[in-house]
Amino acid sequence: MIPELGHFALILALLLALVQSAFPLAGSLSGNRAWMTMARPLAYGQLTLLTIAFAALVQAFLTSDFSVLYVAQHSNTLLPDIYKVSAVWGGHEGSLLLWVLFMAAWGAAVAAFSQNLPLAMIARVISVQGMITIGFLLFMLLTSNPFERLFPVPPEGQDLNPLLQDFGLAIHPPMLYMGYVGFSVAFSFAVAALIGGRLDAAWARWSRPWTTVAWAFLTIGIMLGSWWAYYELGWGGWWFWDPVENASLMPWLVGTALIHSLAVTEKRAAFKSWTVLLAICAFSLSLLGTFLVRSGVLTSVHAFATDPARGLFILIFLCIVVGGSLALYAWRAPEVSDGGRFDLLSRESALLGNNLLFVAFTVLVLFGTLAPLVYEAFNWGKISVGFPWFNKMFLALAPFLAVVLGLGPALRWKHDEPLRVLRSLWWALGLSIAVLALAATPMFDDGGLWVPVGLALAAWVTLSHIAIVRERLKHKGGLTNVRQALMADLRGSGRSFYGMVTAHVGVAVFVVGVTMVSSYNMEVDVRMGPGDSHEIAGYRFEFMGADQVPGPNYIAQRGEFHVYRGKREVAHLFPEKRAYLGGGMPMTEAAIDAGFFRDIYVSLGEPVGTDGDWALRLYYKPFVRWIWLGAILMALGGSLAVSDPRYRLARAGARKPAADSAAAAA
Amino acid sequence: MIKTILAAALIIFAAAAAQAYTLEEFQFDSPAQETEFRDLIGKLRCLVCQNESLAGSQAELAQDLRNEVYRMMRAGQSKDEILDFLVDRYGDFVLYDPPLKPSTYLLWFGPFIIIGIAAFFMLRSVLSRKPAPEGDISPEERARLQALLDDSAAPDTAEPRQPT
Repeated sequence: MIPELGHFALILALLLALVQSAFPLAGSLSGNRAWMTMARPLAYGQLTLLTIAFAALVQAFLTSDFSVLYVAQHSNTLLPDIYKVSAVWGGHEGSLLLWVLFMAAWGAAVAAFSQNLPLAMIARVISVQGMITIGFLLFMLLTSNPFERLFPVPPEGQDLNPLLQDFGLAIHPPMLYMGYVGFSVAFSFAVAALIGGRLDAAWARWSRPWTTVAWAFLTIGIMLGSWWAYYELGWGGWWFWDPVENASLMPWLVGTALIHSLAVTEKRAAFKSWTVLLAICAFSLSLLGTFLVRSGVLTSVHAFATDPARGLFILIFLCIVVGGSLALYAWRAPEVSDGGRFDLLSRESALLGNNLLFVAFTVLVLFGTLAPLVYEAFNWGKISVGFPWFNKMFLALAPFLAVVLGLGPALRWKHDEPLRVLRSLWWALGLSIAVLALAATPMFDDGGLWVPVGLALAAWVTLSHIAIVRERLKHKGGLTNVRQALMADLRGSGRSFYGMVTAHVGVAVFVVGVTMVSSYNMEVDVRMGPGDSHEIAGYRFEFMGADQVPGPNYIAQRGEFHVYRGKREVAHLFPEKRAYLGGGMPMTEAAIDAGFFRDIYVSLGEPVGTDGDWALRLYYKPFVRWIWLGAILMALGGSLAVSDPRYRLARAGARKPAADSAAAAA
Repeated sequence: MIKTILAAALIIFAAAAAQAYTLEEFQFDSPAQETEFRDLIGKLRCLVCQNESLAGSQAELAQDLRNEVYRMMRAGQSKDEILDFLVDRYGDFVLYDPPLKPSTYLLWFGPFIIIGIAAFFMLRSVLSRKPAPEGDISPEERARLQALLDDSAAPDTAEPRQPT
């Protein structure tokens, strides 16, 4: 009965979405105020219906209702409750439901928090959101209904993919989807502005906080995915340029360009039509990512649920969305004049550089991801495009990005004097060159060319931002009591500035992590028996043997290690190899001793021989945490920027109940 | 000729290795050789996996190929000889690092052509000097912005702003 209610709620949501996409928009074009005012209640209604549908599915999972096909395929009675809930988005149908739920939550949030937007604008935004929702709801109801019944009812369900039975991966998809779907808001704002024919600074100011929040979610989502791959797959890496990883990276890259381009549009009313195009691209790439993951056209470890019919539907949907919005762009954008001239040495130029580079990165990722498909389609041979290609291509451009990143925020809008810039940044430049020289000397462990370059660029970004902060505080007359001045500035209008600084320092931290772990990472494959020990990078790993340990829905072989540095024991590790009762490949659970400066990492391979020997892989990973720490700082910076009082997002007057549930969903 | 023998050896070896796989066999004369070996198996694709390198995969074929690469390396073959042998058997698909040759020019240079075109259009869009008001945002825009920011200007949300 309850699954039928969920199904019914989905159908009602589709009908509501039809109304939502038609009336407010029509009202905004014909000046019918009554139709326009329907927008907000419709957005709340949409959220309510989809919350009901989602709750129905969660209920089916929690009660292990195997008469629902999707539940029978992705859960069983042994699964711990937390993974029963996360199993809701562990497969194709459920992740789509989560997607549309978030879509509705974003729509309701826009309706609730944008009380000071002109009614026509909000009506158009909500309508465009409704159109996208129609596509996804049709997709679900026609090809991927999560509430489909199964008869006869099996006594037990299949297990959730063991790879997904993990906390990191339980929260990774929701974060990622919040990001993906969040870009739909930027998209809707852009399309609404195109329909209205008014692309101006006000439009940029409205859509900027939404875009930044979506971007921060996506950052965290990608970071969680990377972290999960690192500790769960037992291969010690953090990024493989897998098509599915790339699918999430592309919207992130364009989204990063977009939040910077929006800054120019808001402050200087320049880059307007370009910004709109980026907003369209960011969401289109989110959809493309969905298509690539869900259609199974690419070979990937992540392609959990694939079906050609679904692929075709998303492809058609993608064509309608991208084609339609680009046609609208081609039709309306030329009417928009691009104001704001600027000189070569100016903030605008640096942000232009940022945009060029991020677009270039996106092209690289798109090209490398699709090249094997293209080669196969044209019979040019089957090729693989893997991390060596991507690394080479990215490393060719990344240093320029870091140079611009250190320089850009120090520049003034419109026009700046080379001498003034040099005066404020000379010591940051000097120290960075010193880092370059120092890291290039043989004294420093030889890690190749990239160690000095990477560390010097990270130093440049960090130091130049310190210089900028110092300058800002000086202007506010607060150099005598830095802390007090900083707090005052943070309470005042400085949050978006410090958000930017935090995010940019996050990039520097990320660069240090990547440089160090790629250059000084160590790994060995060894065979060890109980009592054996092996040393890498000054750490001695002593193997105590492996035992069989039962888990809730698996049986594990659990190894025990003592790790010593000199005489001192630094870690006690228990790597596991799990055989899930639901069947499938055995899973490795690497044991990691995480540290700020290094991780030690043990992963169990295979038992060898009859004396309790194991094939093992031992890793030493310097600074690997900095990679994710950098990403967290970027997302934090984004959140800080959004809390800037000038956006006045959450006003005391936002008293609609749906606002609360939207915030809860976020 | 050598390749035929090697291929035959591989088949026999693969059959024998299926149950005799140990990672212990990977012992090297020098750290440099070990680094080279790691680098090599990291850049080769496990052919039966979804998307994993030989170094990362636990599949049987990957284990066999790892051992084969190791054996060839111990037999004194150079990296290029090993790669040639594998490409001969499995095609370019086995290489994560596609070689630069006429058929892959598109892969290596294509992105830069697209980036060039994209940059051209972008710069044209951003730098085009249309008769726009010089410099700052226009007065009308400024007025509208101000009106939006000024809460009391919106009649339906008239309420005192909380001091922050």
